[in-house]
Amino acid sequence: MTLRIPALITAILERDLRLALRHGADTLGAVLFFILAGALFPLALGPSPELLRRMAPGIVWVCALLAALLPLDRLFGSELEDGSLDQLLMTGLPPSLIALAKMIAHWLTTGLPLLLAAGPLAIMLGMPTASMVVLLTGLLLGTLILSLIGGMAASVVLGARRGGVLLPLLVLPLTTPALIFGAAALDAAQTGLSWGPDLELLGAFLAAALPLCPLAAGAGLRAAVE
Amino acid sequence: MPGPHPLPIARRISVIPAFTPPGHPLLEVENISVFRGERLVLDRVGFTLEAGDALLLTGPNGAGKSTLLRVLAGLHKPEGGHVLWSGVDALADRSQHAGRVAYLGHQDALKLGLTLRENLTLAARASGGNPDLCMESLNISGLADLPARMLSAGQKRRAALARVLLAQAPLWLLDEPSLGLDINTMGLLGTLFAAHRQAGGIVIATTHVPLPLPDARTHALPGLNESDIPQPLEDFPEDDLL
Repeated sequence: MTLRIPALITAILERDLRLALRHGADTLGAVLFFILAGALFPLALGPSPELLRRMAPGIVWVCALLAALLPLDRLFGSELEDGSLDQLLMTGLPPSLIALAKMIAHWLTTGLPLLLAAGPLAIMLGMPTASMVVLLTGLLLGTLILSLIGGMAASVVLGARRGGVLLPLLVLPLTTPALIFGAAALDAAQTGLSWGPDLELLGAFLAAALPLCPLAAGAGLRAAVE
Repeated sequence: MPGPHPLPIARRISVIPAFTPPGHPLLEVENISVFRGERLVLDRVGFTLEAGDALLLTGPNGAGKSTLLRVLAGLHKPEGGHVLWSGVDALADRSQHAGRVAYLGHQDALKLGLTLRENLTLAARASGGNPDLCMESLNISGLADLPARMLSAGQKRRAALARVLLAQAPLWLLDEPSLGLDINTMGLLGTLFAAHRQAGGIVIATTHVPLPLPDARTHALPGLNESDIPQPLEDFPEDDLL
């Protein structure tokens, strides 16, 4: 059994990526939302380059956070509805590893595209190219954290009535530390301060979420099929 | 698709591996009790099955047949009772127990956007079985590369049954396996059941129609007495409901 664990995790990933490609419109939805929401800010705030440059870190981070929420309620919801969750559990893979595989799939189909779209959006808002490395490093850690915490919350609300409404209320408070450190790192980079500590705190947050979130999510999955 | 030459039975059942030889008590179910909310759904259910046995669970709607299957599959934790497999507590390590079980639920659990073969990949990885052989056994090889959304209800059911074969597990737990199947496939199912029991496997199925399981034992779940069903609306005057 131990030998099959990596093979099963890759099988779940392959399956989810294949489904994401087949339903391309759903997959692109989050990225398009991210770009559109980011593009609304210049319209609402006025075209002052100074103001937009000043607000760009916050805009990019908040939009990424909200965009990553969109596909979360389908992450386990579709598996529960069509009975696939039972079959996933019947593969013998521990529930926490099933959850981890689904979280990785969420990152590959949502976090990674957001990361790719973040660069162009930041340039559009006039962010200096010098702070681009800090933005992308921070978002790399941030999107991973979002997938972990989001996956955990999605499994906890699984099967609950109005789970879709509950989900953002659970995820957003839990991800505020990531938002604070990520935006602070960018702010520091723009004002010429040291941005290392902020990214290190982000990394520490990720290191704590990596083992804890799949464990909690696994318990949520077991409870959902009962 | 059924070709001009019917598949020889030996090849059809070649996907079923040999398990324990018949005659040993394999599955012992003791005093399983399950609550759903305030209601006792299963009340001290118990039976013992030997290798090669088959059991039909019958009873009215809501009697807890599906719940019992989910308990035996390790998907639902009972409030009381034990499930022993070869004398060992099966539900202590539910991930390990999953390796002994092939579970067919109400739903076919197929992803509509994936082809049949892709749908079976995960189960094949888990058991190391051959999905093509299993699809051949249920006459759906010709559909292997079609997306599941293009299949009929009966064809989807056959795909779900192919996954049961694919699990290569000694304990088959089937929730209404005949749902949507045509006469030919029912005959096929009989052949596969017989081969599985010959090999020392156990079949437990819920059903409302006769299944091709000769000399299967029957366990009738009593269900609820009408008087036991709570009547929460009784207290309200009728005008309030309208």
